[in-house]
Amino acid sequence: MIYHELVVVGGGLAGLRAAIEAKKQGVDVAIISQVWPGRSHSGAAQGGVNAALANHPESADDTWEKHAFDTVKGSDYLADQDAVAQMTKDAISIIYEMEHWGCPFSRFDDGRIAQRPFGGAGYPRTCYGADKTGHYMLHTLVEQAVRAGVTMYVEWFVSRLVVDDGVCRGVVAYDMIKGGFEFFQSEAVVIATGGAGRTYGNSTNAIISTGYGMAMAYYAGVPLKDLEFVQFHPTGLLTTNILMTEGARGEGGYLVNGLGERFMQKYAPKAMELAPRDITSRSIQTEINEGRGIDGKGYVYLDLRHLGAQKILEQLPGIRDLAIHFEGVDPIEEPIPIVPSQHYSMGGIDTDMDGRTVLPGLYAAGECACVSVHGANRLGGNSLLETVVFGRRAGAAVVEYLGGPGAKRQGAAAGEAALKAAHARVEELAARAGTPGAEDPYVIRAGMTTTMKDHFSVFREASAMRVGLDKMMELKRRVKNVGLRYTGGVFNLDMIRTVELEGMVDVALGIAAGALNRTESRGSHSRTDFPDRDDARWLNHTLAFNTPDGPRLDSKAVTLGMFEPQERTY
Amino acid sequence: MPEAKFRVKRYDPEQSAVQNGAGRDHYDEFTVPYESSLTVLEGLFYIQESLDGSLSFRYCCRAAVCGSCAMYINGTYRLACQTNVRHLGDGPITVEPMPHLPLVKDLVCDMTDFFAKYEYIEPHLMRNSKVPDKEITQSPEERKKLDGPIDCILCGCCYSSCPSVWGEDNYLGPAALLKAYRFEVDSRDEAKKARLPYFDNERGVYRCHTITNCVEACPKELNPTEAIQWLKGAAVRRRLLGRAK
Repeated sequence: MIYHELVVVGGGLAGLRAAIEAKKQGVDVAIISQVWPGRSHSGAAQGGVNAALANHPESADDTWEKHAFDTVKGSDYLADQDAVAQMTKDAISIIYEMEHWGCPFSRFDDGRIAQRPFGGAGYPRTCYGADKTGHYMLHTLVEQAVRAGVTMYVEWFVSRLVVDDGVCRGVVAYDMIKGGFEFFQSEAVVIATGGAGRTYGNSTNAIISTGYGMAMAYYAGVPLKDLEFVQFHPTGLLTTNILMTEGARGEGGYLVNGLGERFMQKYAPKAMELAPRDITSRSIQTEINEGRGIDGKGYVYLDLRHLGAQKILEQLPGIRDLAIHFEGVDPIEEPIPIVPSQHYSMGGIDTDMDGRTVLPGLYAAGECACVSVHGANRLGGNSLLETVVFGRRAGAAVVEYLGGPGAKRQGAAAGEAALKAAHARVEELAARAGTPGAEDPYVIRAGMTTTMKDHFSVFREASAMRVGLDKMMELKRRVKNVGLRYTGGVFNLDMIRTVELEGMVDVALGIAAGALNRTESRGSHSRTDFPDRDDARWLNHTLAFNTPDGPRLDSKAVTLGMFEPQERTY
Repeated sequence: MPEAKFRVKRYDPEQSAVQNGAGRDHYDEFTVPYESSLTVLEGLFYIQESLDGSLSFRYCCRAAVCGSCAMYINGTYRLACQTNVRHLGDGPITVEPMPHLPLVKDLVCDMTDFFAKYEYIEPHLMRNSKVPDKEITQSPEERKKLDGPIDCILCGCCYSSCPSVWGEDNYLGPAALLKAYRFEVDSRDEAKKARLPYFDNERGVYRCHTITNCVEACPKELNPTEAIQWLKGAAVRRRLLGRAK
């Protein structure tokens, strides 16, 4: 048994920021991460982070209220407006804090942090460091966590939560380097494990973005909220779905169809390429579906050539490298073939503004959580912001929770039981290795990613979704019978990926069930059989509770306030 | 359907223990079919999923930004995710862990010392003066000095390639020193002499003999050697001339 007052699962931006906050206030904190924290998926974020700093010449009268309005409108009015107000207010101080900690933001000539236009934003308010903003922010927070003395368990895979008498008391984790499981006893746990992109076969996400952290909370009885809202980024590379930042369009890039038209003219005549992601992805998909892809095929072009070599080299150097290495295309010379690609989970672990879940002692922050500030569609530049704002708030909330009454170091028996259960699970998987009838986890994984891509994509419709839901239920039955191929103790990827799979299937099922259930179109959830938003019936969050037979759905009111729902045009 | 032949170096500490280390230096061969495009990382996943579940390797972003999958591929330092088999010629593709580092298993090296050295050089912006209410201003020209070192993904290729690291366990190596340089040239940094003891010592910059393997090995085309020479100059200026920076 290893003891820390607070265990943070995941070492991306949200986890690091939560850990730093608690550590600064004297709490004994450990981060447990499957990868060295600087390798987390936060580092793949490119375009920037929103804050109404009003540094741009065209944004002198920008305010947090305007940022809040854009966010709420972008969310198709499903975001909780009190949480949005909190985030957009906190944005300003937290960006300055990141800067004071050394984050290398790009600069305007006057020395202030540079800002660029982004989709769905009324003002250029996206602060950036070239097109590597996530990488720069992530390394800055790793540096600050090292400086603060946060303990880090690197390359440990957390496999389950320990819950004793209705209170979260720690986690069980697998030591990838040395082998074996360990019980981490703690007074509180923050889950900060990122999104569930890899439940889809066409995701921009890192391979470790499995959604397993969401599944752990779900198994502990915490509901997952608004899972059906899955963001498709308009511009993933054709062959690999690797992200081409929205900043490419923020800098003036065009979207062009097979007829050579800037087709956004038809869909968002004012915002053009800087319409929000849901609208832009639907526009691209419509062009493709109606035969106006490049050469009639399933992709369109992101054309940056008119920006010129200098602007591309200075503002979008990472994009250029990725396009050259992964697509064989130099954006200075040629347009980039792109497709809408799964990018972000708006839904996640149901939390309040301080990261609290319904399970005492369990908190969540970042993409794995759903506060909700993104509602039905997240604006570009708001995810990096969410990680640091709500990571900080969750860390502070844990400090407050630890200061309260209650016996410390409880749950040892529950921890031992969970440790036994983890061992038993692996032994069960190992015993099935190579036996007739054992399911191949990678066949099930491929079935899941294909089903989600084909049946729960940019456009959705009841009959196709029913077929998809049936396929997912079948995979849920089959995943119970998977077996391992390898039973060694050290760096056993087969074991990790097989254990992860069960969680992925359950989260994917939550997405599927929520999508079929919601008979309207809102934000990223676009149904051809229910093309309109239906505020009378559906201006509420979906909650999914885990049961052995799949998700049980419920709903929860949306917090309105500052802005009345209105029609969404750009 | 085209096929790629993979020749993968294997090491299993559990087997090696019972076989007196006999498992240390063997290679397994695999045939990986693909449609139009295949990266080395995708090939390793195919092997792990379909041919040999015991294979271990690091992975994360698969977009050359996280630094997890640095390996030695056909005798060259590369990120497996960024390496397309099309560009590796017709022969078998030899995939080995980064050399000169202790092994954990198969393609996974022990990076403990590497990150301990990163932590040792105090890798953070040092400030003494009161922070302003808004940002600390920095001109675009000052900011431009950071281009390059801030793109380091700490993959470890430079560290593995450096003969001075091979010869001296204590040497901090190119990546940690590049990180020190990143802060030393930052106009906002006020370390003055505070970071000096961490690179101006027997573990630090003087162990670099400008062999420049690190420059050749870096998948991000950075130049740690040049940064280390700058640090040497800075150290001398501060020691002999008493200059703060």
